[in-house]
Amino acid sequence: MATAETAAASTTPLSIYDLTVAYHRKPVIWDVEFDIPAGSLVGVVGPNGAGKSTLLKAAMDLIPRASGRVSVFGKTYRQNRQRVGYVPQREGVDWDFPVNALDVVTMGLYGKIGWCSPVRPSHRRAAMEALSRVGIAELAKRQISQLSGGQQQRTFLARALVQDADLYLMDEPFAAVDAATEKAVVEILREMKSEGKTSVVIHHDLQTVPDYFDYVILLNMRVVAHGPVAEVFTSENLNKTYGGRLTLLDEVSNAMRRRDRSL
Amino acid sequence: MIVWLLTCRCLLVLKMTCQAIIGCGFTLAESGLVSANSGFAIASSGLSKAGHLTLVWAALPLAQSESITDRRISMPSWEQWQRVLLMQDYNTRVVIFGTAMLGCAAGVVGCFTLLRKRALMGDALSHATLPGIALAFITANAMGWQERSLPWLLLGATVSGLVGVAAILAIRRLTHLKEDTALGIVLSVFFGCGIALMGVIQQMQTGHAAGLESFILGKTASMSANDAKLIAAAALIAIVICVLLFKELKLLCFDDGFAGSQGFNVLALDLVLMATVVLISIVGLQAVGLILMIALLIVPAAAARFWTEQMWEMLLIAAVLGLISGIVGAVASALFPRLPSGAMIVLTCAAFFLISMVFGTGSGVLVRTVRRMRLNRKVVRRHLLRAVFEALESEPVRTTAKGERKPKRTVSLDQILPMRSWSKPQLKRAAELAAREELITQVGEKLRFTRRGKLEAERLTREHRLWELYLITHADIAPSRVDREADRIEHVLEPDVVAELEEMLINSRQLVPESPHVIEASLSSEKAGTANASSDDVSREASP
Repeated sequence: MATAETAAASTTPLSIYDLTVAYHRKPVIWDVEFDIPAGSLVGVVGPNGAGKSTLLKAAMDLIPRASGRVSVFGKTYRQNRQRVGYVPQREGVDWDFPVNALDVVTMGLYGKIGWCSPVRPSHRRAAMEALSRVGIAELAKRQISQLSGGQQQRTFLARALVQDADLYLMDEPFAAVDAATEKAVVEILREMKSEGKTSVVIHHDLQTVPDYFDYVILLNMRVVAHGPVAEVFTSENLNKTYGGRLTLLDEVSNAMRRRDRSL
Repeated sequence: MIVWLLTCRCLLVLKMTCQAIIGCGFTLAESGLVSANSGFAIASSGLSKAGHLTLVWAALPLAQSESITDRRISMPSWEQWQRVLLMQDYNTRVVIFGTAMLGCAAGVVGCFTLLRKRALMGDALSHATLPGIALAFITANAMGWQERSLPWLLLGATVSGLVGVAAILAIRRLTHLKEDTALGIVLSVFFGCGIALMGVIQQMQTGHAAGLESFILGKTASMSANDAKLIAAAALIAIVICVLLFKELKLLCFDDGFAGSQGFNVLALDLVLMATVVLISIVGLQAVGLILMIALLIVPAAAARFWTEQMWEMLLIAAVLGLISGIVGAVASALFPRLPSGAMIVLTCAAFFLISMVFGTGSGVLVRTVRRMRLNRKVVRRHLLRAVFEALESEPVRTTAKGERKPKRTVSLDQILPMRSWSKPQLKRAAELAAREELITQVGEKLRFTRRGKLEAERLTREHRLWELYLITHADIAPSRVDREADRIEHVLEPDVVAELEEMLINSRQLVPESPHVIEASLSSEKAGTANASSDDVSREASP
C-alpha cells in the first residue's frame, strides 16, 4: 500500500499539501493543496495579489513557507531541482544588465556546469539551439536592453528550455508580449506537452484559458477550484475567484497584522 | 617634455607593477604574508638594472624638505617632480604599488556590488570600522603592545565592520524600517562612536594617536612595505574570488530568483561578495580612508559601464581605471604631501568618470546624443518624403499655362509646410539634407523626387498607412488621432512587424493603401496662414 502510494507520487510532477506562505507575517496564500497530473498543461489563474507568483516561488523554496509540504516527482524540490525549469517574471530583472541574449540563455546551464568552472563552447551551442527553438537565434549577440518585450520573454523561455527539465514553472510568460510571441510560446508549450513534459503557467487572459490549457488552478489566496478545464473553468468558479474581495480572510489577516505591529 | 615624462612614467609603472606582482607572488609562495621585503627587493632590483635610480630609504623625503609649521601647499620643484615621476624613492614605489593593487581590486569587486545594487553597503561597512580601529588601539595600548600594529587594527576594523552590517540586517528584519534608513542609522552611529573613541585616545597619556586619523581620510605616506604587501595579498584574493565565481556572481546580480531555483545558495553568494567588499575596504582604509573608500568601490565600476555592454569587459575596464587612479592619486599625493591621498585618488577616479560619462563608447552622453540626432534626422527625412508624396498624391495633375493637363512632379515648400508641425527653416534644412542624400532634387522653392527618393517615399507611406490601419481596426483609435499615434511608433517598426501588418490588413493589391484619414494637404489652402507648431493639433482635430 505504502509503496504503491510512493510510486504514484514519484510520477506526479508537483504535489502541494497544506501550503501557507506569509510575507512579513501577512498571509499571502492559505492551505493550498493540489496534485498536478503528469504531462499536462496547467494554467494558474486568479486576480492580482492572489498569490500566484508566491505559489511558484514557495514551491521552489525561494521563499520560506509558514507550513506545508511540496513534492516534485515524489521528492523534495532540492533533490529534484534538476528536473524543474523556471521562467520568472520579466519585470523581475534589470534588463539594462551588461549581458547579451546568449549569455542569459547560458545561465540556464550554470547549475549543470558547476561551481567555478567556465562556460564551454558546447554549452554555448546548446544555448544557441534553445534560442533558435524560440525563433530568435539571430539576436544571440544583442544586448538584452535592445530586445523587444516579446524577444526578452523568448530569451527567458530559451533559458528554461536549455535546462531540458521535466516540469516547467512559468510566471506570466504571456504578459505584455506581441501576438507572434504568444503564438510561438503556446506552440512550444504544446511541443513540450507532446514530449510528456508538464508546464505550470501563470496566466492573466481568461479568454484564452480553454484554448491553451487542459488543467486549471483557480487561485485567490486559497485554491478555489482545480481540475480539468472542461470541468472546473465555469463561470460560477470564476465568480468565486474574482468576485468581490475575500472579506473574511482579509479581515483576519489585517487583524493579525495589526496585532503584530502592536507587539 | 611633459609628454615624454608621462610616457616614461607609464612604462615604468607598468614594468614596476608586473615585476612587483611577480615578486610578491614569490614571497607569498615561499614564506607567507609576514616575510621580509623580498618582493620589493626583487622588484626594485629589476628597476635598478634598468639604470634609473638609487634606493632611498627615507620614509618621507618630500615632506621633510618642508618645515612643520609651514602649512602652505607649494608647487613641487623640478627635482621633486623628477623623483616622484621616475619613482626614485623606495617609499613612493611602495605606495604606488599598494594603491594600484587596491584600485584594481576595488574596481573588480565594485562591478559586482554595483550590478547587485548594493553599492552603499560598502559605505556603511567602512564607516562602521572606525570604532573597531579605535578600540583595537586602546586595547593594544592597555596590553602594552605595539600600538600601531596594522594587522591588529585591521582585525578590530573587520570585527566592527561586520557588526555594523549585522546591525543593518537586524534592523531590517526586526522592524518595519527600510534598508536605506537602517544604512543611515548604522553608518552615522558607528562613525559617531568611532569619533568619540578617537577623542578618548587623544586624552590618553601614552597616546601616539597621530596615525589614527589617517584611517579617516587616508594617508598613503604612512604605508610601509608590509602594508603594501597586505593590500596586494587582499587584492589578489578578492580578484581571484571574483574570477573563479564570475559566472555565479553574474547570475546572482542579474537574476537572484533564478539563481535560487537553480540550486545556488543566494545567501552564501551574497556573503562571499560581501566578504570581498569587507576585505578590500579594510585594507583600503589606510590608503584612501574610510570615508572615501566607497568612491573607489563605486566610481571605476560606474565609469566602466559607459564603455561596454559586456560584463567581463566592464570588469577589465573597471580594474584598469581603478589601477590608474591608484597610481595617479599616489603620485599626486607624493608631490603634494599636504593633500590627503584618499582625496587625490578619488578625484582621479572622478576625472575618469566624467571622461567616461561624456565620451564612453557604449552609453556615453556624446554617443547617445549623436544617436538621438541621427534618429531625429531620419524621422525628419521620413516626414519630408511622406509629405511630398502625399502632396503629389492629393494633386496628381497640374494645368500648364497653355491649359494642358500634365502629371505634377514638383511640390513647393509652402505647400507641405502646413502638413506637419515644422517651421520653415526646419523644413528647408530637412530638404537640404534629403537633397544631399539624393532623395530629392531642389530647384528654388520646389522639390522633386529622384528615382530612389520616390521608391523610398512609397515604402514609407505604405508602412505608415498600414500602421494607421492597424491602429484603427485593432486598437480602437479615432481616425482623426491616428496620424499622430502612428507617427510616434512607425519609426521603430521592424520588417517582420510590417510583414505581419500586411498579412493582416491588406486585401487590395494597391502598392500604397489609401490614407484612412483626410490628409492635411487638402486643408493647406485655407489653413496655410495659421499653420505652425501649436496649431498642428488643432488642425488635425478639426479635420472631419
